Amino acid sequence: MLRRLLVLTSAAVFVAAACTPGTNASDEIAPAGQEAEGTVEFWHFFTDREGDAIDQAIAGFEKAHPKIHVNVTAGQDDAKMLQAISSGKGPDVGLSYSTDIVGKFCSSGAWRDLSPYLERDQVDLDQFPETVRSYTSYHNRRCAMPFLADVYGLYYNKTLLQQAGFSGPPTTMTQLADMAKKLTKRSADGTIEVAGFLPLLNFYEHTPQHTAPMWDAKWLTKDEKSAIGSDPNWPAMLKWHKDLVDWYGYDKLQEFTAGLGDEWSADNAFQQGKLAMAIDGEYRTAFVENQTPDLDFGTAPVPVADNQTDRYGAGFVTGNIMGISANAKNPEASWELVRYLTTETNVIVDLSNSIRNVPTTTDALNSPGLRTDERFKTFLEIFANPNTSTTPPNASGPKYVEMAQEFCNSYLSGASTDLTGGLKDLDGRIDEALDLGR
Amino acid sequence: MTAVLDRPSTVDLPPARRRVSRRWRHRLTVLSFMAPAGIGTIVFFLYPLLAAIYFSFTRFDLLTTPRWVGLKNYVYLFAHDPVAHKAAWNTLWFVLILVPARMIAALLTAMLLTSLKRGGGFFRTVFYLPALAPPVAATIAFVFLFNPATGPVNGVLSWFGIDGPLWFDSPAWAKPSLVLLGTWAVGDLMVIFLAALLDVPKPLYEAASLDGANAWQRFRFVTLPSLSPVLLFAAVTGVIQTLQYFTQAAVAASVASGSATTGGGISSTFGYPEESTLTYPLHLYVQGFRYYDMGYANALAVVLFVVAFAVTLVLLRRFRAFAGGRP
Repeated sequence: MLRRLLVLTSAAVFVAAACTPGTNASDEIAPAGQEAEGTVEFWHFFTDREGDAIDQAIAGFEKAHPKIHVNVTAGQDDAKMLQAISSGKGPDVGLSYSTDIVGKFCSSGAWRDLSPYLERDQVDLDQFPETVRSYTSYHNRRCAMPFLADVYGLYYNKTLLQQAGFSGPPTTMTQLADMAKKLTKRSADGTIEVAGFLPLLNFYEHTPQHTAPMWDAKWLTKDEKSAIGSDPNWPAMLKWHKDLVDWYGYDKLQEFTAGLGDEWSADNAFQQGKLAMAIDGEYRTAFVENQTPDLDFGTAPVPVADNQTDRYGAGFVTGNIMGISANAKNPEASWELVRYLTTETNVIVDLSNSIRNVPTTTDALNSPGLRTDERFKTFLEIFANPNTSTTPPNASGPKYVEMAQEFCNSYLSGASTDLTGGLKDLDGRIDEALDLGR
Repeated sequence: MTAVLDRPSTVDLPPARRRVSRRWRHRLTVLSFMAPAGIGTIVFFLYPLLAAIYFSFTRFDLLTTPRWVGLKNYVYLFAHDPVAHKAAWNTLWFVLILVPARMIAALLTAMLLTSLKRGGGFFRTVFYLPALAPPVAATIAFVFLFNPATGPVNGVLSWFGIDGPLWFDSPAWAKPSLVLLGTWAVGDLMVIFLAALLDVPKPLYEAASLDGANAWQRFRFVTLPSLSPVLLFAAVTGVIQTLQYFTQAAVAASVASGSATTGGGISSTFGYPEESTLTYPLHLYVQGFRYYDMGYANALAVVLFVVAFAVTLVLLRRFRAFAGGRP
């Protein structure tokens, strides 16, 4: 009986191992001068208005490359893409909404190394800012190209600020806290009716990821260990948030946020005037134009810690990224598509104008065709700031960011009271968790 | 055709060989009837189970070849992953509270319906209807109803001077809110209990009454033992379902946190608020399909399987004793 069981188990293990998916791609490329042709399967995550902009760009590509046909599948997320690649049925080209996957896709080889194509076609990577170059490669393997960027700044309601006697946005965190208190309106029973600024770190785009650069709080050390427990900027950042949460009252904030509308609809709290100031991406300008055009608002860099005023003007940047699957059936035509969408100035400018994301190349940023105004210009300036940063890529994706997020939530709610000890403990847990992905 | 003609007839065989041949034919017939179920079990249960056990000893991310790491995933699970422990506690909480709550609610509703003289059919339908609501839609509706700022539940409570809780937005109330949702949709259990209650022989109640048994004693010594097979079924399936509790917790967290529509992919808000609704299967799902730590996710799955199997065995052994039957 035991022998039978052992044989059965061994057979199953053998089959399991044999059936394991994997990516065995060759990085060989065609010599220069050959015209690509054929069909390219292209998956992206955009929908609706933004999806239409992609379709227009693809139509332009097919016109410029008549021998290449692109099959577009919209509304695909990273998990589906990864599963499809691992089963050998993935798209030739994928467009992801997040840089979180760069570490995993580069280190595992799910996306091809693009360096041979870049060298062959002499694509100048210096046209991308350094931060953008950093979030599109991992351990010197460039498996992704930047497809527009998301830059985060401060949105403020001009009407509410004027009513409260403010002429402009805050530039330091102390100013932000003071203004937030003065701009907040409560009913007789203390219920919040209008919040000056919401300090909960899990509300809309106000997250540790988007806020840490304002304190210059570091996520990982160079050897990819957690830096959160040893960086003094983390406790400073969380203490600032906690003080403001306590001023509002955690339960009052929870009650207030529960009654606010969906972030992506016209019911967005900032668009509805229930929030005087908020951290958000440049894309919000397009949402306001489309959904609540009468809102009188301005944009500015997010305030910085009081002892870091020289860093005012910097912010958080992330972006959409494109890559070619390891098992792409037509890598040459795929590269043509990636190159077209990520380096052709006119294409990038058109996409930026329609999707209202920040273009990533120097030429596109300086293009006279780029539709911009004072509000959008703020984000172009933040993007160009040398102190603007992002979360470092990692083979475990967003795991360390989300573990920190959980601790922040727990500290702000009062469930965790030992800030220093909690951050040290978080360090250890993140290191152990990241080890799982190595 | 030749093969058929050449086949040796069993009639010509000696009696011993004829018996063996007949036995083999009988076995083949049985096996052929069992084959569809057997193949299904092997392909969809045995193979995935053994594969999961194998992957649980590896580092595996769906993309690269699994790397054998021995017991590291299990060591991490038991010694270094407090979120898994919290998720296990949340799941245990649901098993201990949600399963009995649903059974009691279903039993009380069924008993109420059996005592109705008129309108039984109508109320049976009314109480069963919530079970027909899709879980996702029902959860979204509940989160909106219990919204502390705009929901009608707290509005009604305020008429009576009660300051309603934050429900799905409070770490202390999020799980009880899900229990309320679970007890609202007990129509499936209620129908089974109702059928079982109607099956209890009336003479038993009459005899008990003649012996002087009061209502509680009739329930404890007549109704409960008669219902024991059905209660056992409800407990076992309830525990197994609750160990896999996923959809309602995921939807409630995403909707209550206000992040149900952000980006694409797997929500990063599972467990909101403060991991109070993070169940064990949700943690497993996030590890596997958000962080792509498939080896670790398989270790979590294997532990869940062992626990579900053990709990089912214990329930099968103990429940009859409780319900008045043989242990």
